[in-house]
Amino acid sequence: MESIKDRVAIVGMGCTQFGGLRDKSHEDLIVEAAYEALEDAGIDPEDIQMAWVGTVMSGEMGLSLSRPLKLNYIPVTRVENLCITGSEALRAASYAVAAGVCDIALALGFEKMRDRNIRGPEEVVVTPMAVKEYMLPPGNFSLIANRYFHHYGLGYEEGKRMLAKIAVKNHHNGNMAPKAEFHREVTIEEVVNAPIIAFPLGVYDACTSADGAAAAIVTRADMARDFRQDPIYIKSLTMCAGPREGRIRTDYDYLHFEETVQAAKRAYREVGITDPLKEISIAEVHDCFTITEAVTYEDLGWCPKGKAKEYIDAGVFNLDGELPVNTDGGLKCFGHPLGATGLRMMYELYKQFQGKAGPRQVKNLDLGMAHNLGGGPGTAVVSICIVGNEESPKMY
Amino acid sequence: MVGIVSWGAYIPVYRLSQKKIAGVWGSQEANGEKAVANFDEDSVTMAVEAVLDCTRGIDRSCIDGLFLATTSAPYLEKAASALVVTATDMSRQSRTADFSSSPRAGTNAVLSAVDAVRGGSAHHILVVASDCRLGAAGGAMEQLLGNGAAALLIGDEGVIASIEGSYSASEEVFDIWRSDSDRFVHMAEPRFATAHYLSTMQATISRLMTNHTVKMQDFSKVIFNAPDPRTHTQLARALGLELKTQVQAPLFNTIGDIGAASTLLMLVAALEEAKPGERILVANYGSGCDILILQVTNAITKLSPRRGVKGHLSIRRDLPSYEKALVFQNMIQTERERRPTPEAPSPILLLRERQAVIALYGSRCRECRTVQYPPARVCVSCRAKDKMEGYRFSDKIATVFTFTKDYISLTPDPPTLEVVIDFQGGGRMVCALTDCDEGEIKIGMPVEMTFRKLYESKGITNYFWKARPIRR
Repeated sequence: MESIKDRVAIVGMGCTQFGGLRDKSHEDLIVEAAYEALEDAGIDPEDIQMAWVGTVMSGEMGLSLSRPLKLNYIPVTRVENLCITGSEALRAASYAVAAGVCDIALALGFEKMRDRNIRGPEEVVVTPMAVKEYMLPPGNFSLIANRYFHHYGLGYEEGKRMLAKIAVKNHHNGNMAPKAEFHREVTIEEVVNAPIIAFPLGVYDACTSADGAAAAIVTRADMARDFRQDPIYIKSLTMCAGPREGRIRTDYDYLHFEETVQAAKRAYREVGITDPLKEISIAEVHDCFTITEAVTYEDLGWCPKGKAKEYIDAGVFNLDGELPVNTDGGLKCFGHPLGATGLRMMYELYKQFQGKAGPRQVKNLDLGMAHNLGGGPGTAVVSICIVGNEESPKMY
Repeated sequence: MVGIVSWGAYIPVYRLSQKKIAGVWGSQEANGEKAVANFDEDSVTMAVEAVLDCTRGIDRSCIDGLFLATTSAPYLEKAASALVVTATDMSRQSRTADFSSSPRAGTNAVLSAVDAVRGGSAHHILVVASDCRLGAAGGAMEQLLGNGAAALLIGDEGVIASIEGSYSASEEVFDIWRSDSDRFVHMAEPRFATAHYLSTMQATISRLMTNHTVKMQDFSKVIFNAPDPRTHTQLARALGLELKTQVQAPLFNTIGDIGAASTLLMLVAALEEAKPGERILVANYGSGCDILILQVTNAITKLSPRRGVKGHLSIRRDLPSYEKALVFQNMIQTERERRPTPEAPSPILLLRERQAVIALYGSRCRECRTVQYPPARVCVSCRAKDKMEGYRFSDKIATVFTFTKDYISLTPDPPTLEVVIDFQGGGRMVCALTDCDEGEIKIGMPVEMTFRKLYESKGITNYFWKARPIRR
């Protein structure tokens, strides 16, 4: 089995403004993201040989993409994998290019969350049977927060402040990302004292359900420099689907996401990473809630279990820290259009590697990582993508 | 000998003080409090509770039938008894019947069960009476009516109180009624209703006395329902009963009038105190009158403890406000969260998964003994395929591993409490926690399972099991 390492590159990307885009249609989002990517890669729609579109609830079939772009009878497939749907569109396109069945593929993810006239996020089904017992994501993820606080002996105030620092960091970064929904710094006190939505998580511990779209043009690594001088190369693109054990088995601790641990293990092995905190220079992680980002630091091996607080307090993941995380503000500031988020994460890494991230630019980049998670504690899907701007010397 | 073999009861944990009702309406204040079912309870869920209490230590698969008595079944057409049989995991090869339309339904069911056992077509019939009647806001019925359930196992072995005799009379009278388009119970002009009650009860009781050549003094306890506390005392006086010792205390100040279950619940309360050799007279009024003579046997001393009336009366939580009771009883339209309406469960799925959903069966791997919920083909531990056997979770206790208090989900009573629970004996489930104040919830808290309504959509009530704190 060959790894995908250095066989595929991204040569063009697009991303719309995220947020409550009430005056924009599905078509607007798709056309804007796709044409930005096409122009960025310097190609025309006719150059796309295959395409994958990711959406959870805003469209059906490949036609949700071929129709607005008027794609010319090429293979187009819709993919869905809950919150990692955008990453899955990228994985499908990249794997097709790696398999050699096409040279130029489009991956596009989009979602119109706010058109539904409801408040808050999507329900998740706790009991997948006739009796549908629903739970909302804040409640679902707070199951980890309450257990984490209990297990590591963090008092309410202490735990809340730990999480608040993540929100403060992401708002600080998002304030410098023009396409984010929220451009506002927040203070620890504001975050801690915000209304509770699912104890102990408050309004500022959660991301919003937003509208948005993002797209990538994927091509063979050996062709990448024909399109541009600064492509990014995929070093690993893997995902992991949990068998729902945590919901069923009493040995799951509600302190981590096993799917993240397993996916990371595979990705690090593919790239040859042994000390991720040192070797990764920039990362986007799935901060649907502050607690998710906190335990993800531990699951990705960036800090020991139960030590997230010390690393957060030390500013390790700040923009000027050892490993800047969510440099564009993450889901926290962009909001979470389920189908688009994974590609939006890649968009940030892509722009950072090209030195186009403006005031939030991180210097001396070697490897970048995007971690995208769907589902919830005990039952999740996780995508991990590691990229770099250097084609590995052993490839030609 | 045919009679009562076991008893059980259920009273909702929430109580509303009569002071709170009177305070809102400026009405004459009644004494005490009444039991109010939580928003996720109805006559079926309370019946399930009473059956489980009644059958502690008894193999339910040996019971030949279940008769359910209620005037407030969730469906006018669709047998509530069949749902109770499934939820309590009784044999489906059993006789079931719904008795309804009058508070007398409770004793109607008992007498039918006694006849079935006497006639030899059954050894054990479970009779359960449960009611959730509503009185319109601000009226006398609102003060009077409460919620609760009682269960009696009728059989011919191990009888703790034998049925020595009975007498029934029927009467066509508009004293209390509710049509199929009414939500609330109506009562006729009180003086008329009271007078008719008194004359009917006195006449039928004296007829029974003559038939069975017994005297009031022969009974250590006399149990009867009544339209209100005053009339209850009036009848006791008219019958020449010793008020303090001979009359079983009515439920008005503690639970309220629980319709078809009132007299049976009082009987359970009497049996909790009864001694071998004592005789009990039971008179149940409603479109006529049923009267039973019971004789307590030595076997009563051997019945293992039940929560019963005494246990359930001690397990209580004050409803913080009258308005909360209106919400629980769906008597007030509240602003709904802007959330999508839940999808109605598919009847096809509900039938296919009734054992998992209604009876709360998971599976146990015959290879590695791992238990899991919901049931599965492939074992979560050893991955063995199709080595599963059924495993019932409904009677297992558990502890809270982690929890949430969700303030934004769709519920009449925010916040929604959701818990991850680990069962004693293995297995984990994510479910709702009910009958619990948000301040009480904590990791490590012991819980037990309770059959509840999850939500209703398009006329289909979605029943499922929730956890609740174990209270003693």
